[in-house]
Amino acid sequence: MQTHKYDVVIVGAGGAGMRAALESSTRVRTAVLTKLYPTRSHTGAAQGGMCAALANVEEDNWEWHTFDTVKGGDYLVDQDAAEIMCREAIDAVIDLEKMGLPFNRTPEGKIDQRRFGGHTRNHGEAAVRRSCFAADRTGHMILQTLYQNCVKQGVEFYNEFYVLDLLLNTGHDGVEHTAGVVAYELATGEIHVFQAKSVVFATGGTGKVFKTTSNAHTLTGDGMGVAFRRGLPLEDMEFFQFHPTGLAGLGILLSEAARGEGGILRNAEGERFMERYAPTIKDLAPRDIVARSMANEVREGRGAGPNKDYVLLDLTHLEPAHIDAKLPDITEFARTYLGVEPYTEPVPVYPTAHYAMGGVPTNVETEVLRNNTDIVPGLFAAGEVACVSVHGSNRLGTNSLLDINVFGRRAGIAAAEYAASAAYVDLPPDPTALVDGLVGAIRNRESGERVADLRRALQETMDRNVQVFRTEASMKEALGVIDELKERYAHVVVQDKGKRYNTDLLEAVELGFLIELAEVITLGALARKESRGGHFREDYEARDDVNFMRHTMAYRAPVTEFASGPAFADEVRLDYKPVTVTRYQPMERKY
Amino acid sequence: MTATAEKQKPAGDKAPGAVPTFTVTLKIQRFNPETDSEPHWESYQVTVHATDRVLDALHQIKWEQDGSLSFRRSCAHGVCGSDAMRINGKNRLACKTLVKDVNPDKPITVEPIKGLPVEKDLIVDMEPFFDAYREVMPFLITTGNEPTRERIQSQQDRDRFDDTTKCILCAACTTSCPVFWNDGQYFGPAAIVNAHRFIFDSRDEGGKQRLEVLNDKEGVWRCRTTFNCTEACPRGIEVTQAIQEVKRALLTSRF
Repeated sequence: MQTHKYDVVIVGAGGAGMRAALESSTRVRTAVLTKLYPTRSHTGAAQGGMCAALANVEEDNWEWHTFDTVKGGDYLVDQDAAEIMCREAIDAVIDLEKMGLPFNRTPEGKIDQRRFGGHTRNHGEAAVRRSCFAADRTGHMILQTLYQNCVKQGVEFYNEFYVLDLLLNTGHDGVEHTAGVVAYELATGEIHVFQAKSVVFATGGTGKVFKTTSNAHTLTGDGMGVAFRRGLPLEDMEFFQFHPTGLAGLGILLSEAARGEGGILRNAEGERFMERYAPTIKDLAPRDIVARSMANEVREGRGAGPNKDYVLLDLTHLEPAHIDAKLPDITEFARTYLGVEPYTEPVPVYPTAHYAMGGVPTNVETEVLRNNTDIVPGLFAAGEVACVSVHGSNRLGTNSLLDINVFGRRAGIAAAEYAASAAYVDLPPDPTALVDGLVGAIRNRESGERVADLRRALQETMDRNVQVFRTEASMKEALGVIDELKERYAHVVVQDKGKRYNTDLLEAVELGFLIELAEVITLGALARKESRGGHFREDYEARDDVNFMRHTMAYRAPVTEFASGPAFADEVRLDYKPVTVTRYQPMERKY
Repeated sequence: MTATAEKQKPAGDKAPGAVPTFTVTLKIQRFNPETDSEPHWESYQVTVHATDRVLDALHQIKWEQDGSLSFRRSCAHGVCGSDAMRINGKNRLACKTLVKDVNPDKPITVEPIKGLPVEKDLIVDMEPFFDAYREVMPFLITTGNEPTRERIQSQQDRDRFDDTTKCILCAACTTSCPVFWNDGQYFGPAAIVNAHRFIFDSRDEGGKQRLEVLNDKEGVWRCRTTFNCTEACPRGIEVTQAIQEVKRALLTSRF
């Protein structure tokens, strides 16, 4: 075991983690721990853009952006957080440009902007050009630019260090503080303890709970799982975004920018069906509405293809030169993976699990909450792992790239400022006990079940039962499967018993987080007897502001038994937290 | 619920719209320094669909036959750059290469990319690669006061370096270069591509410093224009052309 000591430890090196590192490392001694090489992070897969009311091409202001974000999130957004995000968006974009990000340009040489789903002028009048972009690889350019600036600043990275535990200990004030993290080094199998005054979680999402997903294989909810096992709550986990346009059968993302640039969704009859569901902004309605409309077309027998199980994204009316300039990557995906030529043929698409609106609850300073009001001193979170909550029950397109930049920056500053004034808290006795037990139990087991079999069973039941349409019966079925998988997980076995790059072991550990989070998602969804944003109940089709305009807070008892690896929760307790409303009272959500 | 359900049907299913399946052999170079003194080849048979990528075949082996098979991967659609490997003797991303497109009638060979130390099976030590990248100062260098708003850049100036902004640092180009194989000191194509991305950015003022680095004996002049790099790039970057442009900038001091 090795021990390291830093003022700030940042966990994760995607957009939020690196944006935090750029702030923190100039102020205090900072380390970034990442399961992947930084440039492999899934921020790089984001395509369409980052919204900010720059008003470079038409009138716009951040208040309209705030309204769209609140309405898009179906009034579950904490409005103070949304105001901060939309106001700071402008500087966030300008900062990236100054760091070198190669945005597309207007004829005057300013940052160009385009339309995006749910972003409107003057509170819903018409679509507005608000998304700042670099072709259809904006996330790639953000990730590269942030990494380039980390290189410039000499940020210290621990690449391929997988954080498996969060260390908390009681300070002199009798309150539980952050003491550090425990990481497993993939190259050697060695366990490292990082003592830190501040820890920032920026570990991303958990899309691999589902089978059809735009998410990377590595997005297994690690940060959420680690915090949850230590008894910290998870907020609004039942809200998962299904992006409308995944490549059919594969789930690979085709950016909403395709529709922002004029692409049209059609059913098997060639009908532009979004005209029926969202008469004003049609194909540019928010993602939850478009995804549900697509699934409904398929369910009512108007799906395209031999099995009538997808709809079509039509770009054939666009000029090939325009497609090449604005949408080069996603059209190549269609060619590579489906053999479809988007110049002349419509592309088969179907909703794909894309984004967790919920996560580790934080306040607007990115401090992690241990309940509705109290924070965990020294613990911060930003990006998809966190729930601040700017996305409410449905995130608008481009607001994730915005979230990671605005709240990543805030987390880096807050963590460094806290560390500059706080003292180290002692490490708890035997700090590696949980990780030793977790890794040891899996590695030493001689026979049992395959990780892949359990993961497939989990992902299939989540796709079948907890996707775009949900009912009490479907979710009870999923919970039955999850209960069974919790039992079976105690018997998973890995073939690789070695120390070096044991990715077999890594996948087994990740599966533990997936099962745990799938249960939280499903329990939250079962208890929420209404439909709101990304959560749609066929047995409760209306939004119910009287009973459910509130955040779900899920808790479990902290893990105390370590020897045989951390056990799943016997019980997940659900509590609720009020939504912060500042200037927008809930209204019916029509587009 | 979704079209993927179809992929779970048994091989040979003839339902309308079913994707045809076939059996293929993968011959994979294995090496675990904990137990092996030398790399060796192992063969595996898998049944794949016509839409499956080499990465899907590798996963099938790992998940159903041999859990110890080790490789890096993440996004699985060609944007994260984790899974560059040598497939049938050519550098490619496993997630961007359909099995049906690499002559599945014969065993498909899969090896780690060449010229970087092998850590285990298909995993190589990427540090020397990133060291070369860092050496070219891959970040915007400016002087003077920062403007309050964005810097102005014409779309034409922006287009000048568009091609080299696509790089995902997968190392497919650098590890396809015979000069790099023979001389680990050579920066390699990827580092030069990333220098190009800034040298030809109208906002950047660090061109001179960067060109000095590249004028080094291990710099651009080692390039023998074999075009392996251009062929290997999964992002379609004209790598050799970018290197030529950097050479020209050195000769003419114009960029």
